[in-house]
Amino acid sequence: PDFPGLKQSRFSVDEPPTSWESVTTYNNFYEFGTGKEDPAENAHTLVTDPWSVTVEGEVEKPGSYTFEDLLKPHTLEERVYRMRCVEGWSMVIPWVGFPLANLIRRLGPTSRAKYVEFTTLHDPQQMPGQRRTVLDWPYVEALRIDEAMHPLTLMAVGLYGRELPNQNGAPLRLVVPWKYGFKSIKSIVRIRLTEKQPQNTWNEMAPHEYGFYANVNPAVSHPRWSQARERRIGEFLKRDTLPFNGYAEQVAHLYKGMDLERFY
Amino acid sequence: MRARAAGSTVRKDPIPRIKALVFPAALLPALYLWFATLTGNLGANPIEALIRGHGDWALRFLLLTLAITPLRRLSRWGGIMRFRRMLGLFAFFYATIHLLGYLVLDQFFAWGAIVEDIIERPFITVGMAACVLLVPLAITSTRKMQRRLGGRRWLRLHRLVYPAAALAVLHFYLMVKADTREPLIYAFLLAILLLMRLPPVAWAITRKP
Repeated sequence: PDFPGLKQSRFSVDEPPTSWESVTTYNNFYEFGTGKEDPAENAHTLVTDPWSVTVEGEVEKPGSYTFEDLLKPHTLEERVYRMRCVEGWSMVIPWVGFPLANLIRRLGPTSRAKYVEFTTLHDPQQMPGQRRTVLDWPYVEALRIDEAMHPLTLMAVGLYGRELPNQNGAPLRLVVPWKYGFKSIKSIVRIRLTEKQPQNTWNEMAPHEYGFYANVNPAVSHPRWSQARERRIGEFLKRDTLPFNGYAEQVAHLYKGMDLERFY
Repeated sequence: MRARAAGSTVRKDPIPRIKALVFPAALLPALYLWFATLTGNLGANPIEALIRGHGDWALRFLLLTLAITPLRRLSRWGGIMRFRRMLGLFAFFYATIHLLGYLVLDQFFAWGAIVEDIIERPFITVGMAACVLLVPLAITSTRKMQRRLGGRRWLRLHRLVYPAAALAVLHFYLMVKADTREPLIYAFLLAILLLMRLPPVAWAITRKP
C-alpha cells in the first residue's frame, strides 16, 4: 500500500466497496473523453508529479503550494463513502484523504470567505478531452463555506490504500459524499475563497439540469433521469436513492429552511 | 420485383446466396454483445452497455435500410431492393431488444417508473414512439401482408420509417449529456439519405449516365 498504517474513519459506511476494477474503469472525467472507459484509457498523459495548487482569494495565506507542502501537516485516513452519480448509478469507494476543513483552517479564511471554488487543471496537452469544447474548460466547482468545512467533506489523494489513479482525479480531488458526483472535482490546481457564489461548470452549461447545490435528492428529478432509484454498480436490481445519499443525519441541517426543489 | 423474375434467364440468381451471408453478419453485433455480457466483458455497467449497444445497432440498421433506395438509384442495380426487408427487420430486431433491455434489465418491470419516464423524460418518450412506429412495419413486412394491403397502401404505411428514423436519432441526441458529436453524425447521415429522396435529387441521380 502507498499509505501504510491508515486509520479507518468513523465516518466510513459499512457497505461492501465497489471493485477496484469498476471504480477505476467507469469514470466521468470529460478531460479525458466523454465515454466512461475513456479516462482509464487516456489519463496516462497526465503528469501529477510535480504538482502545485494555487490558493487565492479571501485567505490569510495565499500562494502556490506544492502538493507535498499541502499534504504534509495532515493525517490521512481511510473513508468508505457512497458515491451517487447524477446519471443514476452509484458506488461505494474507500477513499484515502483528510478533511478539507483542516486545510481551510490552515489557510486562514477571512471573514469575507463565504464560498470555496476549485479549479481542475487546464492543459489540452495532458488532457486530450480538452481539445474539444465539450465543456467550458477549465472545470470549476464550488461549495458554500459551511459545506466545505463540514467534517464529511474530504480532500482525497488515494483509494483502496493506493495513490489516486489519474482517471480518478490524481493527485488531489474533492469528495462530497452527499452531493452528486460532479461536485467532487478532480485534479485540483486552484482553490479560491470568495465572497460571492462562484459559477460551476455544469450549472453554467445547463442551469435547469444541474444546480449549484446538487444535493442527492430522490424527490427532485433531473429532466433526463428520475432520481428516485439508482443502480449500485455490480448489482442487478435498482435500489432506492436516499436523501442526501444517506448522509441526511449529518448534513440536512445545513439546508434548514431552504426549498430544495428550487435550490437543487 | 416480379418484373425482374420474368426477365431472368438460366443464370442462377445470386441474391439468396448473398443473403445467406448478410443474415449471420447482421447477427454478429448481437452475438458479440450477449457473449460479452455472459463472460463479464461489458465493463462495470453491463446493463447500460448492453442496452446502448443494441440501440446503436438499431439505428445503424435503420440507416442501412434507408440507404437501399438511394443506392439502387446510384448503382442501377434493382437486386439491391431485395435486401431492404431483411435489413429493416434487423433494425426492428435490435430496437426490440433495446426496448426489452430497458423494460426488463434497467427497470425490471417497474411499470410506475416506466410510465413516469415515458411521460416526463422526452428522450424516453421519443424513443418509445420510434419503437411503436416500427411495429406495424415489421408486421406488414411479409409478402402476404403486402399483397393484402395493396401496393399503394403498403407503400404509404411504410413511409412511417422516416419519422421512426428521425425520432430514433432525436432520442439519441436528447439522451446525451454534453458530447453531441455521435448523434449529430447519425443526424447528418439521415439528412443525406432523406435529401436523396427529394424528387429533383432522386431524378438527377437516376438520370446520371
